[in-house]
Amino acid sequence: MKLFPIRGGIHPDYRKEQTSEKAIVVLPLPSALYIPLQQHIGAPAEVLVNEGDLVKKGQMIACSGGAVSAPQHAPTSGRIQAITEIPAPHPSGLAQTTIILEPDVKDEWTDLPEPIADPLNANPQLIRERVAASGIVGMGGAAFPSAVKLDLGTRCKLEILLLNGAECEPYLTCDDRVMREHADEVIDGARIMAHALGVPRVVIAIENNKPQAIDAMTRAASAFPEIEVAGVPVQYPMGSERHLVQAISGRETPAKKLTADIGVVVHNVATARAVHQAVRFGRPLVARVVTVSGGAVREPNNIEAPVGARVADLIAFCGGFAAIPERLVNGGPMMGQPLPGLDVPVVKGMSGILALTAAEINQQPASACIRCGNCVTICPCGLVPVEMAAFIRKDNFEVAARLGVMDCVSCGSCSWICPSHIPLVHYFNYAKGMINAQERERRKIDQTRILAEAHTLRVEKAAADKAAALAAKKAQAAAAAAAKEKEKDETPA
Amino acid sequence: MTFLAINQSGPFAHQASSVQKTMFTVLLALIPATAFDLYLFGWPAILLFTVTVGSCVAAEAICLALAGQPMKAALFDYSAALTGWLLAMSLPPWAPWWTGVLGAVFAIGLAKHTFGGIGQNMFNPAMVARVALLVSFPVVMTAWVMPHPLFSAHAPSLADAIGITFGGHMPDAVSAASALGYVKTELSRGIPVMQSMAHVPDLMDLALGTRAGSLGETSAVLILAGGLFLMARRIISWHIPLGVMGALFLMGTLFHAIDPARYTDGLFHLMSGATFLGAFFICTDYVTSPVSRKGQLVFGVGCGLLTWTIRTYAGYPEGMAFAVLLMNSLTPIIDQYTRPRAFGRTLKGEPLPLAKEKT
Repeated sequence: MKLFPIRGGIHPDYRKEQTSEKAIVVLPLPSALYIPLQQHIGAPAEVLVNEGDLVKKGQMIACSGGAVSAPQHAPTSGRIQAITEIPAPHPSGLAQTTIILEPDVKDEWTDLPEPIADPLNANPQLIRERVAASGIVGMGGAAFPSAVKLDLGTRCKLEILLLNGAECEPYLTCDDRVMREHADEVIDGARIMAHALGVPRVVIAIENNKPQAIDAMTRAASAFPEIEVAGVPVQYPMGSERHLVQAISGRETPAKKLTADIGVVVHNVATARAVHQAVRFGRPLVARVVTVSGGAVREPNNIEAPVGARVADLIAFCGGFAAIPERLVNGGPMMGQPLPGLDVPVVKGMSGILALTAAEINQQPASACIRCGNCVTICPCGLVPVEMAAFIRKDNFEVAARLGVMDCVSCGSCSWICPSHIPLVHYFNYAKGMINAQERERRKIDQTRILAEAHTLRVEKAAADKAAALAAKKAQAAAAAAAKEKEKDETPA
Repeated sequence: MTFLAINQSGPFAHQASSVQKTMFTVLLALIPATAFDLYLFGWPAILLFTVTVGSCVAAEAICLALAGQPMKAALFDYSAALTGWLLAMSLPPWAPWWTGVLGAVFAIGLAKHTFGGIGQNMFNPAMVARVALLVSFPVVMTAWVMPHPLFSAHAPSLADAIGITFGGHMPDAVSAASALGYVKTELSRGIPVMQSMAHVPDLMDLALGTRAGSLGETSAVLILAGGLFLMARRIISWHIPLGVMGALFLMGTLFHAIDPARYTDGLFHLMSGATFLGAFFICTDYVTSPVSRKGQLVFGVGCGLLTWTIRTYAGYPEGMAFAVLLMNSLTPIIDQYTRPRAFGRTLKGEPLPLAKEKT
């Protein structure tokens, strides 16, 4: 298959060998599961159960809260212990509403919806509804509700479903293992998704550092001529949606557009497997494979964990810490988010839990920029990090925005390569937050202005109406008086 | 159990790189050429080199102390040593000690720290110092000598060397013109290039360095090796060196073809003077050159063109230092006009148009 080059990129230490040969193991049921209502982009789910309710595995316990949202299901059977606020797996550590489920250890399935018979000939709408009802979100990390993305075929003319198995983040091997161990399920899910989208062609992109996964997927796809498995160069951030689309199709997604606008929809391989299970077996998304790795973890592993298991449970299953971690990360080391602690739950978008030592992170105090230009050379988005950072340091967001800071995907390549150890991504995230806040503020002011102007108009109109009415009345009175006068005149004396 | 401070965005991985390592690699790349040249020019060169590098480090320390900046990190990033090293390589090897000290004041004090220290300077510190010295002390700064290799019969002893470097006892008989200087002087006397070229060292001597000139002007081959090493280590890219040498070579060749009596040829331009040192080590200075590859190519070509112009038409036989400083002043503007195209946008920054619907 012909591939196309992408700009820049880096070659970090991948350190995938810590877990790449570890087969997926199922986490023993923890004593409690913590299921947050917000595990996805969009509106939080709405609670359907009450404290004390008994639920079965797979039962919907919170329903979709809007057009872009996803329901939550009980990951096992048990009793709803509480619905309360606990810290979210988010850097802020802010509390969010969470359903606490006490497992009864029977792990009993509820009456699941019937499998969709012959999904490859079913009405696409049926598949989308099933995916939505199964609470499936993008499992690569972004956690965008998948059903919404499967609907893109109705809006755009699509040509390719691109299955993202690049897994370009260091350490992570969960997608690698899923592809190696469940290749048939991934392929089946991909075919169902392609049907739902109405695309004729599926490409599965896997970085060349995963030869076994490429083999397994190629074998599983061999019966289906519409599916192509492509080994892509090992080049971080190959797994970035827009860059992968460019590498596969040569098409560059215009700024402010979606890849769907140029005919390509991207889904993660683990998402495809979840779709397979939802459509073929009626099983909602209640568990996922998580890579637990990093130098501070005693026995790194790939763990299939129920949604809601605490990070502490997974770490304990891996033998605890061998060293004091400098940092806990949700996701990969490049784009992952720092975790506020061990008590937060596993959520649908959590691909990895990394406990990293200081040596692995290699963070040094920042020194002055020497303008080496490495950040410019490697930026996959064609930006000039050195210049943007200089303006952001001065809080000059207007120029930073003009230089394209909002186009930055926060891939972290510039921070990684900077010899002065300047936390460039930190600057950019700060600027993005500030620019968004300013934008919101501006919109609010605009809104207020529009309302105020409308109010003034209304008041003026009312006054004018009143004046007009008064004038009309006066005129009428005058006319009446005149008529009377005339009448009087005409009356013969 | 919240035990970790969440105070920074990712990434939580970093390449094993630092400013110190980068600078050290450049020093490493300079070692072969420097060692050979110090051998060629003997004890006086070694003394001057030591004084110059030492003065630069001392000047850096003093400036840091005056500015109240943390001493340790900045002093041990090797940047001051590198500046001193490059300055020493651009001085006449037997020049008196005070050229090194004064050069350090110009380079570190004036060109670097008045602008705010490392990363802030507009102009290449070593070249500011060289030009300031050349303009102020033209005689001293053009007193070239032929090589007197260490341990050879005519080599000055350590005692002689102390006399030369610190006592100002420059022996009269040893001075010689550099190849570029000789051709220029002859040309001004009306002797055509073809004739004067017969008396300059041949290309082989120029390449090996057995000729008069500053440390960095001799042994082009070893400088080239160092430059290639830097490229292999990805400290520099090919854009600036190729730009400089390409422009110089093309201009030389072209004009030599037009009028061989007036213009020296391209190969001579490449092999003589500080072309290699300039192309690989001076023009590529991170701080004062553009950040984008495109900009670096423009910058390199500019340096090459200006060097050729100054060598050919101006009063000075060697133009590299002037060319670099002139181009340094253009760096911000080059940066502004050579930004890469952002992903999904046109060069002007507008979103790319969607491909036309097929009809």
